Formats: sequence, C-alpha cells, structure tokens
Amino acid sequence: MMLSDFPLFPEAASSVAKYVDGLYLALILLTGTVSLLIWAAIFYLAIKYRRRPDNELAQEQEPPAALEMTWIVVPTIIFLAIFVAGAWVYFRIQRVPTNALEVYATGRQWMWKFQHTTGQREINTLHVPVNRPVKITMASEDVIHSLWFPAFRVKNDVLPNRYRTLWFQATKTGRFHIFCAEYCGTLHSGMIGWVEVMEPTEYQKWLAGGSEGSLATQGEQLFQKLACATCHTNDATGRGPVLAGIVGKQVPLADGHSVIADDNYLRESILNPTAKVAAGFQPIMPAFQGQVSEEDLIRLIAFVKTMQPATNVAPPQQPRNP
Amino acid sequence: MANPTLHDLQHPGSEEAHVPHHPFLQHHFEDLGQQHEASTLGMWFFVAQEILFFGGIFAAYTVYRVMYPAAWSAGAHHQNWRIGFANTIVLIASSLTMALAVWGAQGAKRKFTTLMLVLTLFLGMTFIGVKAFEYREHIHEGLFPGSAFTYVDHEHPELTRGVELFMLFYFIMTGLHALHMIIGAGLLIWFIRRSWRGDFGEEYYSPVEIMGLYWHFVDIVWIFLFPLLYLIH
Amino acid sequence: MTTTTIDDAPFIEPSATAPRNYLNDEYGVLSWLLTRDHKRIAVLYAISVTVFFMVGGIIAFMMRLELLTPEGDLFTSDTYNKLFTLHGIVMIFFFLIPAIPAVLGNFILPIMLGAKDLAFPKINLLSWYIYMIGGSFGIYVIITGGVDTGWTFYTPFSTQYSNTHVFAVTLGAFITGFSSILTGLNFLVTIHRMRAPGLTWFRLPLFVWSMYATSVVIMLATPVLAITLVLLMVERTLHVGIFDPALGGDPVLYQHMFWFYSHPAVYIMILPGMAVISECVAAFTRKKIFGYKFVAFSSLAIAFLGFLVWAHHLFVAGISIYSAMVFSFLSMIVAVPSAIKVFNWTATMYRASVSWQTPMLYVLGFIGLFTIGGVTGLFLAALGIDVHVHDSYFVVAHFHYIMVGGTIMAYLAGIHYWWPKITGRMYPEWWARLSALLVFVGFNLTFFPQFLVGYVGMPRRYHAYAPEFQVLNVLSTAGATILAAGYLLPMIYLFWSLKFGRKAGTNPWGAVGLEWATSSPPPKENFHETPVVTWEAYDYPAFLKAMRETQHG
Repeated sequence: MMLSDFPLFPEAASSVAKYVDGLYLALILLTGTVSLLIWAAIFYLAIKYRRRPDNELAQEQEPPAALEMTWIVVPTIIFLAIFVAGAWVYFRIQRVPTNALEVYATGRQWMWKFQHTTGQREINTLHVPVNRPVKITMASEDVIHSLWFPAFRVKNDVLPNRYRTLWFQATKTGRFHIFCAEYCGTLHSGMIGWVEVMEPTEYQKWLAGGSEGSLATQGEQLFQKLACATCHTNDATGRGPVLAGIVGKQVPLADGHSVIADDNYLRESILNPTAKVAAGFQPIMPAFQGQVSEEDLIRLIAFVKTMQPATNVAPPQQPRNP
Repeated sequence: MANPTLHDLQHPGSEEAHVPHHPFLQHHFEDLGQQHEASTLGMWFFVAQEILFFGGIFAAYTVYRVMYPAAWSAGAHHQNWRIGFANTIVLIASSLTMALAVWGAQGAKRKFTTLMLVLTLFLGMTFIGVKAFEYREHIHEGLFPGSAFTYVDHEHPELTRGVELFMLFYFIMTGLHALHMIIGAGLLIWFIRRSWRGDFGEEYYSPVEIMGLYWHFVDIVWIFLFPLLYLIH
Repeated sequence: MTTTTIDDAPFIEPSATAPRNYLNDEYGVLSWLLTRDHKRIAVLYAISVTVFFMVGGIIAFMMRLELLTPEGDLFTSDTYNKLFTLHGIVMIFFFLIPAIPAVLGNFILPIMLGAKDLAFPKINLLSWYIYMIGGSFGIYVIITGGVDTGWTFYTPFSTQYSNTHVFAVTLGAFITGFSSILTGLNFLVTIHRMRAPGLTWFRLPLFVWSMYATSVVIMLATPVLAITLVLLMVERTLHVGIFDPALGGDPVLYQHMFWFYSHPAVYIMILPGMAVISECVAAFTRKKIFGYKFVAFSSLAIAFLGFLVWAHHLFVAGISIYSAMVFSFLSMIVAVPSAIKVFNWTATMYRASVSWQTPMLYVLGFIGLFTIGGVTGLFLAALGIDVHVHDSYFVVAHFHYIMVGGTIMAYLAGIHYWWPKITGRMYPEWWARLSALLVFVGFNLTFFPQFLVGYVGMPRRYHAYAPEFQVLNVLSTAGATILAAGYLLPMIYLFWSLKFGRKAGTNPWGAVGLEWATSSPPPKENFHETPVVTWEAYDYPAFLKAMRETQHG
C-alpha cells in the first residue's frame, strides 16, 4: 500500500494552513522533546535507583526551592508563548479580508446547501476560485452543525439562531473534503461534501452555467411576493424604515439603544421584527419565523444589500389610515 | 517478623478508660462536640452547593431578562405582589420561630421548642398553601408554559412568547423553592416528634441547629426570588 | 532475631481463630445492603463501577469493530450513534466520576485520617443507593433502545430533534449527580473534622489533599449540571424555548452551562487519579514526595482554575474573539499545576529506592501517558490549532489519554496497591505485571493513531469515514483488542486472589501511612485505638530508624 493511501498529514490548501501546520509542527517538536525527556528521566531513574538490597530505603533529600521555582516559571513562560502563537494564528483565521467573495451556506439534517451571489445553488458541493478569499455566511435550519474544511484548517459551528461566518483563501486547485464536525443526528457522518477549487477562468465558466438569476434578483422577487415593499418604501413615507443603504449603518432603536445593521440584525428583524424595533416605528411588522426558509432569508438579505437609495424609483403608495 | 508499622513503633499500646457516652453520640465520633461541628459544617457545605444549584438558574434567568426586558416586565405584571409580599412576611416570621426553636433547644426548653417548631411548620405550610393558590390562578389564566399556555397578551401580542418564558422561569424557580420548603416541612414533622420526646438538650441540639440553617437558607432564596419575579418593571 | 529486610519479611499466616475484620464481622446480604461501614460501601461501589466499566468497555469495543472499515457496515448509523452516546454516559457518569473517590477514597480516606468512619455513614450508604437508582436509569435506557444525543446532550438536538430516551438518561445523570455531591460533602466534613490527634493539614497524605480538591469541585460544579439538566428536561417535556432558538432560546447558553460543570468534571475525574499516584510514588520509592507543599497546593490550584476555563470547549461554537483569548490564556495557566505534579513525581525518584512492583508500573505508565495527554491539551488550548482539530479525533485521543491513560491507570495502580488492605490477600504479581504491560501497549496503540487521524481530518462521532483514514483506524482497533485483554486479566486474577492469593499481612509494601498501621483487612472500627500522629507524611527515614531499633533492640 502506498503511503499516499493513508496520509499522516492533511493536504495544505489554504493561505492559513501553513501557519496552523507550522504551529502544530513546532508544538510537536517542543512537547515531543519535553515528553521524551520526561520519559527518559522516568526510566533512567527507575532503573538507576531500582530497589536492591543495598538501597532498601531512599536517601534523604531536601528539595531545592530553586528547582521548584524553575519548573513553575519556565513552563508558565512556555505555555504563554504557545498562547500568543495560537492567538496570532487565530487572528489570521478570524479576520475576514474585505474583498472576499461572498458565499452562503445553510446546514440542515443532513446536507450542506450553498448559494452564490450569482444565483447558483449547490448541495454538498462548493465551487470556489483559487487564490481568492471566500467568505461563507452560514446558518442552520435545525440543529447545530459545524462546517469544516480540513484542507483549509478552518471550521466554525453553524447555529440555528444567527449567522456565523468563516473564510479561507484556497491556494491549490483540486477537490477537498467538507465535513460536518458537530454531531447532528442519524446521518451526521453522511453530512459531507467536496469543495472544488478551480482556476479563475474555469470558475468563470462554471459561473456562466445555469442559474435562476442572481441572488439579489431572486431576493427582489421574494420581496415583492411577500409584499415587503408595502411598508418598506424607498421614500421615507412607508410604515417601515427605508432599507436602501441601511446595511452596515448604525440604526437607532425604539428603546434608546442602537445596533449596526448587519446580516444578523436583518435576519432577526425579518424573523422576529419586534425584538429590536427601529426608533420612530411601531412594532407592527408580522413575524416571518417559520414562514421564510433560511435560503429565502439569504436571498432577501442579498437583495436588501443591493438596494440603492433611489430618487424616484419607489412605486407610489396609497397612504393608509395610521 | 512481620513488618512493623510506624504507628506500632512509635505508640506502644495505650488503653483509654471508657466513659459512658451520650445516647445520641454516634459511634464514629470521639465526642458530642466533634459530632456537632461535623454536622454543622456538613450543612454549611450543603448550603454552598445549594447556592450553586440556584445560582445556575439565576444565571439563566438573568441572561433572558437581558434578552427580553419588556416580556419580563409584562410577566411580572401577572404576579400579585401583595400576595407575594404577604407570603414573604409569613416566611420571615417562620424564620423567626425557627431561630427561637434553636434557642429553645439549646436551653432544653422542651415545650417551648416543640411549640416553635409547630409554629414554623404552620407558617411554612401557609406559605405553600398561598403558593398553591397562586399557581391555581396562573394555570386558570393559561399561564402555565407548554401546551397549557393559552394566554395571549392583547396589548403587545409580540411579548406572548417572552411571557411564556418568564412564566417558565417563574414556575421552575418557585417550584424548586417550594420543593425545598416541602422537604423542610417533612423534616420539621420528624423534629417535632423528636423534640416532644425530649431528645434535645444543652448537650445535643445540633439537629435543630442545622435544620435552622437549612430553613433560613430556603428563606433567603425566597428573599431573592420575590423581587426578581414580582417586582420588576 | 535475624535481620530482615522489608521486602522479604514473611507474611503472617492466619492463626486458628481468624481476627475479626470488616469482612467477617457480620454475614448475610442484608449486612452488606444496610451497612454503614465505609469499607463495605466502598466494596459495593467497587462491584457496581466494575459492572458499568464492563458495559462501557463492551460498547467501546463494538464501536472499534465498526470503525475497522470506512463504510458503516456493522451497525446502522442510529445504532452507532447510540453506542458512542452510551459509551460516554456510562463511562463518565457511572464509572470515571465515582471510580476512585467512591471506591478507593471511601475505603482509604477515613483510615488515612485515623477516623472510625466518614462523618455521615448513613449519607454515605444513601449515596450508593442514589448512584444505583441513577445507574438503573442508564441500564433501563440501554435495554429499551438507547439514546443518541452524545453524552453532552447538546440542544436543540436533544430537546427537539432526538426521538430517543433523552429524558430518562438525563434524569439518571441528574440523580447520579446527587450521589457524588453527597460523597464530596462527606469527604469535606471528614477531612475537616475527623482527623486523628496530631494529624495537621501538612501531615496529611497527598491523597487527602487531592480528594479535598476533588470534593470542592464536586460540590460546586455538580449542582450547576443538575439545574442545567432540569432545564433540559423541562424544555423537552413542555416544548418551551429555554435553549431552543425556534422558540426564542439560546442553544449556546446550554453549552456554557453544561461545560461550567463538565469541564470541572474533568478534574473530578483526574484529581483522584493524581491522589493515587502521589501515594504510590511515595510507597514504591520509599521517599517523601518531592515538593510536598507544591503538589498539595497544585491540587487546590487545579480545582480553582478548573472553574475558569469552561469556554475553551466553545472556541468555534460562537463566542467572541476576545472571550476566546481569555479562555485560551486561562487554559494555558491551568496546565501549570499539572506540570508541577509531573515534575515533582519524577524528581521523587531521584536517589530513591524504586520498586518495580505492579502499582509502580502503572504509575510509570500514568506519568508517561498523562504527560502526552497534558501536552496535547496545549495544542487544543492554542486557538489557531483548535479551530482545525476541534471536534476531531485529535480531541478524542487527547481526553482518552487523560481519562484512560490517566484516571484508569491510576485506578488500577490504586486497586493493586490497596488490594492487600481491602481483601487481606496479595494479587499474583507476575500476572499483574503482564496486564500492566498489555494495558500500556494496548492503550498507546489504540489512542495514538487517533491523534494523527484527527489532524488529518477525521471528525469525531463518525459512523462511516473517508477511506484514507482506514489504516490508522485499523491500528486503533488492533490496540483496543490488546487493551481489552489487559483489562480482562485483572478482573480474573484479582477475583482468583480472593481465595487463592497469599495472605497479605498488615504492611506488605513496607509503606508508611495510617492505612498500613492497621491489620489487613482492617477491623470494623479501622483501629483498635485512635492513633496519635507525631510524624510527617511519608516519613520513611524515621520509619527505617524505628524499624532498625526494633529489630536490633
């Protein structure tokens, strides 16, 4: 059997993999040496001072305090150095580059669904271009899952009540595992897939393939279908706040606090609108919890993100009795 | 020869004279003082773990209170604070009688101790009775969480689910508290019997004392529960 | 009188009239089931935890068989999920947590303190009954179809999605928690109030210090698990949103509350192991533990710091970057006291008189394996690596190095060390050494490959896996077979020794410590007279001097 049939080290195919692997190998070297020293010491001492008729009893020995202090202080310093190194790598894993390609993922028992901003949908397969940061925004439809790309050394839990993100920049083309890492029920071990890392040109070709219009377009249709535009007009006359350009802005709330209008705020405001009501508006919006699927939520949010504060585009509204 | 033991070597046998001991001195204690200290300390440790037990649910309560302040306030409006306040007074009075019972036991006042224990039991049962009445009202209003929860907040329908969560915490917290009261009442009945029989005296009163510790602790839990569940706005 | 060395001292042959001891003091089933003697209760616990260990072990072996091939071909997915869930629940709640405290601690602790019994003997018996009630819920669930949530009962899977016996098994865990609380309470009061005259805190054996730390953790952590499980059961019954996001709850809050108990629970399991190791190191090197006070206080430090690191189980579960930093930092700090212990045990062997008897073999194994378990903990505490290996087989390997390589090795060391005291008989040394070797080899072969396969990318709790992980899994299953043999052997020869083992005598190891000052098995009251302690713990020089004086005097 070839060694390649049972790798002892995973393929390193992302920009952070080299840092994670570097730290991992450094720690193996460090802790391995220390462990071997301890093992060697144990066996050396156990053999050298084994019980013989002439050493029925141990020799008295006062412990030098300096020795104790040494093996308190030195490990502490080493451990803290490991902490710093780990945190340094962690920041690289966590900090999402601003120019990242956006992809959305939805976990459900027991499959991964991916949506591209261009409108493509995939199940258990994800196509991404090489050498370009990819940010995945994800939520779960049911229990907690965890999206893991071993070859990229990144994972993050997928929660049912809010969006979480992870990002990677693939550095190699090819096919790599996707696993669900958080136990999620019967077919947990079947909740797997492949990420296909492609050359940019190939990727463009793939993108040109069938889609039902971009994510934002799909979201716009939903926006109409759900009659959101009835209240969320674009001219500040509606009963709901103007949504154009709201993303990323500070929104003052009715209770005096304020929030940044990020994906999570938009998501919460659709599902459970009364949780954080924008200042100056009544809590009259119906809750869409259970009525809008996670995938549709992604479409709606994608649309909201593209809305432009237009001058005269909004359809005229029949004013209703307040 | 067999291996000597360190103890054999350093302490050639010494027999202590046997003195007749108290009927309630358990065989594994040296004297009543040690037994008293052990049981008191045991109750203190028990109370410590109780604090963590209630602490867990207080923490969860706090998390959701911060998450749903409006619903928490609405939920508290369904509590009748007057009844709650009266019940608090009842409970504080029972703590007083309990403390008097401990004092009585220390002074070997058999009848007084028994009377105080009976009063404590009576006040405790009053508290439970009032609590049961409150529960009945809540259930009647459809405020019991789960499938029995039929209540709808007409003024702020969006708060309904939060109110249910509040009521859930209300029932769990007061329910656990009431469970502690009922266990305490059961112990009191046993203690009343023992006290009347004349078990307690100047030398041996630690059971009453640790019963008192337990009872006061349960009261203090209520002192925290009352404002958290009845008085938030 | 001839000069005898400690080792070849002959063992006392039984006289015609066997001395009264706790075993032959009373007879009959009821004399056991209604006993208040801590030693008999320890024996009851020993039998019960052994049964649960066998159940958990058989389940583990079934899992290893399934994992021989990448396809899930031996069991269905649902069955496999139930297997790992039950393995975790049985091993953690019904074996590891009670094993050392309730068996060895129960038996030895009062004797070490020179006490006649624990402070509350009835409560001690009660704790065994509570444990059995909790355990029977576990058995009931196994018989009637199992539970598939994983031992962590993560919401909302456990509350809304699983169709198995979640309620019964969480109730079982809840009830069992009270059993450990009562044991911890009993230990704390006994250590505070029942020490023999002259037995000051710094004369206590390190076993007692460690048990003290364990009891504190039990007392302060277990109630939080209890209330968490109450909330879980309520949510599952009433379908209200405490942890269920669909109803407004927060599933991550459950994880915080769960790990607030369950991380300290790791120390509930390993601190007693450290307790045993300290005793055995001293006894089999005939030396005072190097840095006694450092080892003693490191137990307390572990108990304290153990409460501050729970969120390192949540690095990828949805906590902020900054809390991740704090918990990573604290997790590094909690490793320091463990390292102190390892260094001190090792240093104790310097210029010692190291015996290679079985308990010491387990000790050497423990130090080696615990070191690996400990340093791989540093990998997991390092944030950048944890993101990759979290919920992979790397984690599985890590905690098995601590729990199996640590706690079970220590348990076996302690069982062999105190076996002569508990039963009055010696175990067969040759067989015992063989089993120690098998356990060590089998253990490493089982779990070392799991570090590798975890880093390569195999997630935990996978019924079927990618083909490239197979070779390492086959190695692991092969190791499990050897490990199983290593565990079966002691069950056989220890049982055999009850009847056929040599009589042990009062002090077969030539060890100091009050438990070796009373006969084997000890009398019902432990000591015929209350001992007065005038010496430090592990005072071997004084012991030798006194012994020589007796022999030549």
